[in-house]
Amino acid sequence: MRDDRRVRLGLRILALGYLAVLLVVPVGLVFYRTFEHGLAPVWSSVTTPAAVHAFWLTIEIALIAVPLNTIFGIVTALALVRGRFRGKGAIDAVINLPFALSPVVIGLALLLVYGRGGWVHLPFQVIFSVPGMVLATIFVSLPFVVREVVPVLREVGDEQEQAAATLGASRWQTFWRITLPAIRWGVAFGVVLTTARAVGEFGAVSVVSGRIAGQTDTLTLLVEKRFQNFDLAGAYAASALLALISLATLLAMTVLKPRKDRG
Amino acid sequence: MISAENLTKRWGDFTALDDVSVDIASGSLTALLGPSGSGKSTLLRVIAGLEQPDGGRVVLDGEDVTRVPPQRRGIGFVFQHYAAFKHLTVRENVAFGLRVRRRPKPEVAAKVDELLAVVGLEGFQGRYPGQLSGGQRQRMALARALAIEPRVLLQDEPFGALDAKGRAELRAWLRRLHDEVHVTTVLVTHDQEEAMDVADRIVVVNEGRVEQTGAPRELYERPANGFVMSFLGPTASLEGDLVRPHDLRVSSEPRSGALEAMVRRVVHLGFEVRAELALDDGSSLPVQLTREEAAALELAPGDIVWVGHEGVPIAA
Repeated sequence: MRDDRRVRLGLRILALGYLAVLLVVPVGLVFYRTFEHGLAPVWSSVTTPAAVHAFWLTIEIALIAVPLNTIFGIVTALALVRGRFRGKGAIDAVINLPFALSPVVIGLALLLVYGRGGWVHLPFQVIFSVPGMVLATIFVSLPFVVREVVPVLREVGDEQEQAAATLGASRWQTFWRITLPAIRWGVAFGVVLTTARAVGEFGAVSVVSGRIAGQTDTLTLLVEKRFQNFDLAGAYAASALLALISLATLLAMTVLKPRKDRG
Repeated sequence: MISAENLTKRWGDFTALDDVSVDIASGSLTALLGPSGSGKSTLLRVIAGLEQPDGGRVVLDGEDVTRVPPQRRGIGFVFQHYAAFKHLTVRENVAFGLRVRRRPKPEVAAKVDELLAVVGLEGFQGRYPGQLSGGQRQRMALARALAIEPRVLLQDEPFGALDAKGRAELRAWLRRLHDEVHVTTVLVTHDQEEAMDVADRIVVVNEGRVEQTGAPRELYERPANGFVMSFLGPTASLEGDLVRPHDLRVSSEPRSGALEAMVRRVVHLGFEVRAELALDDGSSLPVQLTREEAAALELAPGDIVWVGHEGVPIAA
């Protein structure tokens, strides 16, 4: 019995230690270094016009990419799980492509398609401008909602949907009243992951943004730019802001989750 | 009245329904009885519109509904595992069919109250399905299906997910409910005792075909073939004939038409005594006797007896 307890304790310390060294300490250090000299320098660092613009651009891109990927993700998951058509396996595999490809490759691919001398010409500028950054963000964060919702849909099964149909509900009513509530935590988790990725994306966005200060810098790009310019305090401040957005997303999800569903 | 006319349904190589025709009278309680994989559930789902038949028609009260989607068939369906809406309360589950029809709120509330009383779930209206027992969930599913005032109530293995005690209670309750509500009901079961207990009419289904249709007693006493006979009760095989073990007569003296046999085993089950006889050809024959018959014969293992049958045999 004593040995058993000792082993358990050892494993627990190992797991917590691993988490601490790899996750908690680095993130904690960022916050520590940020607020090392008090709030005032941090505040002035995150309220420069470039930082404010980067903050709102980050939010703007996330607000476009996340809803689009959510709708696309739910529709695609429904098609993959409930649909009967040829090429399902192929679609399933293609959806994972953004996970498999390096973000830099995705950025370069967008450059080739929409850039100067590329295949597609739109009446507005895509590359080195916000539309390109939105495209890159949508691309890299595309699979999250699909991957979270597909297993939940499988587990829920289609009996409740059939029951709704026999009770007279149209497909639309069944979706809103039965299917969506049944998969809501899959969707919510997918949205959180999509948001985290959209806010934190660096590689693909970096390639297509052109890094125009005050125009096409997101928060992640700003962090790197300040770091390169030896403005370490500024880089930490911007990093802390990024981390706060992520924490806010997680918090929103915890607060929204009704009590009876909590574990 | 429900008419299934020449229904055919295949899943790849497997034929679930093979030219099935059944008429179900209005107001009746009919059981579709058969072993698993016999096609009885498929038949129920085709009637409900949850599956499309490859051939044949479904006619409800004279209207061909074969191409009508389930939403507009006016059918109440109780699923085998109830398909409860887990995120809705008992009350919201029962109200669902009325809410999607956008009925006025007071009407919905009154109807739901009435149904909760009928199924005895008044005190549980605020609970979620996860907080109910199997039997309560079954009754909730029934109330939900009845709320839309269906022309027909279809139930797929309604007692399948319950324990033995729950089954017996719910069976009696369902029978009483049918006598009160009088909605045409079809239920699927693989349990012959359940079908004989609860239904006015039984449709015996096997390998995608209807073997026989009739009142429970009619099927038991005059089975159309060996399958129906053996599915509805115990059978014994005597000289190539299928007979009921309780239709076998045992005597201690030789008589015409009786075969000589040796008693192998005797089991006393209260009122009934079961014995296993060995025939000359080595085959064994189960017989069922009353306690008095067994006592008069003084049956014991090793005895030589003569056995013959009464009743109507069926070619095995």
